[in-house]
Amino acid sequence: MSAVHRPLDPEAVAPPGVDRRSFVGYVLGGTTLVAAADLALGAEPAAAVPTVPQPAELYDLNDLLTDAARPTANLIRIELHEDGTASFALPRSENGQGVTTSTAMLIAEELDLPLDKVRVTLADARPELLFNQLTGGSNTTISTYTPVRVAAAVARGALLDAAAVLLGDEVAKLVAKGGIVQGPSGTASYGDLARAAASRTDRTVRVRLKDPSRFRVVGTGQGRVDARDAVTGRKTFATDLQVDGALPTMVCRAPTLNGEPRRLRNEAEVLALPGVTDVAVLPFGVAVRAETFGQCIDAVRAMKVDWRDGPVAGMSDDDVVRELRRAQLPLPALPNTPLSRTVETDVLCYFRSNSAMDTNSAIADVREDRAEIWSALKSPIAAQQRIAEVLGLPQDRVDVHVVQGGGSFGRRLFFDGALEAAQVSRAMGKPVKLMWHRADDARVGRGHPMCTSRVRAVVVGKKVVAFQQSHTSIETDYRHGLGELITATAASLPTGLGNLGFAETIFALTQEVPYDFGVVTQTLTETDDRFNTGSMRNIYSPDVRAAGELTVDKIATVVKEDPYEFRRRHLRDERTRAVLEKVAEVGDWGRAMPAGTAQGIAIHKEYKGASACLVELDCRDVQTGRDIRDGVGGPRVTRVTFAVDVGLPVNPRGLEAQMQGGIMDGIALALTSSMHLRDGHFLEASWDNYFYTRQWNVPPEVEVIVMPPTTGVPGGAGEAGVAASFAAVACAYARATGRSPSYFPVNHRDPVEFSVKPYVPPVPPSPVNGLKKIV
Amino acid sequence: MPKQTFRLNGRTVTVDVHPDVRVLWVLRDLLGVTGPKYGCGINVCKACTSHVNGRGFNPCAVRVGDLAADDEVTTIEGLAGTVDEDLHPMQQAWLDRDVAQCGYCQPGQIMAAVALVRKVRREQREIEDADLDSIRNICRCGTYVRIREAIEQGARAMA
Repeated sequence: MSAVHRPLDPEAVAPPGVDRRSFVGYVLGGTTLVAAADLALGAEPAAAVPTVPQPAELYDLNDLLTDAARPTANLIRIELHEDGTASFALPRSENGQGVTTSTAMLIAEELDLPLDKVRVTLADARPELLFNQLTGGSNTTISTYTPVRVAAAVARGALLDAAAVLLGDEVAKLVAKGGIVQGPSGTASYGDLARAAASRTDRTVRVRLKDPSRFRVVGTGQGRVDARDAVTGRKTFATDLQVDGALPTMVCRAPTLNGEPRRLRNEAEVLALPGVTDVAVLPFGVAVRAETFGQCIDAVRAMKVDWRDGPVAGMSDDDVVRELRRAQLPLPALPNTPLSRTVETDVLCYFRSNSAMDTNSAIADVREDRAEIWSALKSPIAAQQRIAEVLGLPQDRVDVHVVQGGGSFGRRLFFDGALEAAQVSRAMGKPVKLMWHRADDARVGRGHPMCTSRVRAVVVGKKVVAFQQSHTSIETDYRHGLGELITATAASLPTGLGNLGFAETIFALTQEVPYDFGVVTQTLTETDDRFNTGSMRNIYSPDVRAAGELTVDKIATVVKEDPYEFRRRHLRDERTRAVLEKVAEVGDWGRAMPAGTAQGIAIHKEYKGASACLVELDCRDVQTGRDIRDGVGGPRVTRVTFAVDVGLPVNPRGLEAQMQGGIMDGIALALTSSMHLRDGHFLEASWDNYFYTRQWNVPPEVEVIVMPPTTGVPGGAGEAGVAASFAAVACAYARATGRSPSYFPVNHRDPVEFSVKPYVPPVPPSPVNGLKKIV
Repeated sequence: MPKQTFRLNGRTVTVDVHPDVRVLWVLRDLLGVTGPKYGCGINVCKACTSHVNGRGFNPCAVRVGDLAADDEVTTIEGLAGTVDEDLHPMQQAWLDRDVAQCGYCQPGQIMAAVALVRKVRREQREIEDADLDSIRNICRCGTYVRIREAIEQGARAMA
């Protein structure tokens, strides 16, 4: 079967006479230079594919997100200032994934300005952008790569024009470099030219983008633009902002998931507590506002509340498993004869949490006729519209400021904290700084739904002739839509049909089996909307890929081939084969390993890129027998070799960091991290219960290889490291123990390693023994 | 309201607050010192790690009334001041390795790293893998590999 090719150089396939680097931009009226470009520029049409492809090959989620932007004709603008700096308000959300840095690099490149003279901030909600202010699907750089460069090129052109006038030289004889224009008659800095290059009126200009062979910034490793702020404590998150009158506020929540308060029995007593200013009963809990968060915690603990049970009261893990099993579509029977063997995998993945370090939080100042919100939001337009609707205000009376978030992992596609803060501020008639307690963020916050992934493959001789995968999941909530309320409403249609449509669309657009396995089908079934879910980093892919790659290992065993050689021979995609070969070579695939340890190898293809991971896992007692206070040891990944091809790595250093983080996620998903539902609520209430990867789980050796550019256009980075890592650890576990896991994480059914924190009160007491624990 | 006095980043501070309030909230909510972060409130995530009299501690687990007037609290904001530089060597190592991603846990990570190096020095030895494994500060972005590298670099540069 033919491989799927995307053009290596977009120019190489451009029809004669069409210049693929030529674009229209704008110089806008202003006192200093303002250059702009349409955010929908440069969306690549889906590539032609010579074979019968799966949908994700032709038109993937990133095409959907990019195309969703087409109807908007709205502009992003770069401003030049008299101090020689350029500024840009990025209509995306930064939660650590590095998009402010990579965007600054694109501007520095095209504008010929030093990177430290580019300032990238986050744009407030801009409802006129419609679909185009959503941060998700690792799509930021894919969708903004061309428009950001066009705006920067427009700015550069205007600066050169102004310099020609100022210096009395022809534009063709001028050279722009490092923020200075040089000509035969002299030099002028961008700062000198910022005012002269300004336009009184808006005008359209045509620009030609820099030839990638002349890139000097893009493709080089750069440190994060906010690194110094981060290490000095100056970087500010929502709860660090000081807004007049916005006092700390917390919520007391029900002892069952999504339960509701009937009444607060001791309001006077709570109001009399030190520091407390206000109490309000709301549909989601009882809110308290105080001088300090510590006093909010004490007040939440003192509350005596009558509750109405939540919709999953009484349910436990096994009830959800039964529900999933009932919802599973039957897999077609496949032959199992001496000539034609059927290989099967059936894995169950338990609930997992995407709780970030920075809990759900927001500042809200709601007045009679207007509201102002500060929060880390990946869909700020949908947030603005929903908050306006709940408050009964016109949308343009709600200002929404996007703040840097302390991690997202998909969590901030929703705006639970902002919506609650707005309601609390309205109820109290005062500004509030609302922060979820960790116990709530862990137990009540959105997470990855429990699911099963079943695979059946038919092997005839040494050939795989059919590969069927059926994924069944508790509903994944996409009711944030594509970032604005029209689609968010479509996802909220009664009976869940709207959301199911979204789920199936996203599944179909992200999942593919890049092997030559004959007839390939992958289906999704979702059921039950009672849990708090959302897109956790990489959504379906880690679970789907782990089940798929475990099956590939089983097939390799059946046909008596080496798992690496078998993959290499069957991969249809050259880029995926290249990363696989790279990890096998660098990671010493096939080296002798002691009993109880093993290598595992896996691939993934998504986000217009390809990745491969080779791990070594130690399942011996020396690791599993470790006694770790408030944590779990378990099997330890001792070495990771990871290779990634994103087409064009804008910032290889940031990309490496994202892959390292994805590896840590993959290890957690396979070995340690899950939520236990018991009697209507989740057990895990903090980091001493929910076992995300910790230093004692970190592999001593981690090597990430960033492949050289292959396609000339950037792919996604933020989620690309998770799926292959999870799958590789799963495969290594099966090889080390001789048992292919039937559920993940592999420790989920062990006795829980912690004493469960109470549900009433819903937050634990603040310790007092800190001075006895100094290090 | 009772007055609470302690030393913070080289200066004496006095705050009108109930002595039961934990130091983290005195720093963040009353003094506007927001480098130490909230991540759990029960001394398990270590995002608020700071120093008291040069040793690592977690202000979420200490009542402000339990601090003595001459107890010296150092937060990330005051760390560089302890070596009279713009950046402490550990902060410089963090920059050199580009450790931070979202950055939320990193002030606590750096303060914990400095405390760990001081601890092993008191024990007259150098940092080993087992010491790095023992660090309890969680990072949900998964920056652990670079944290380990940066601590080794920072330790070499610490006097």
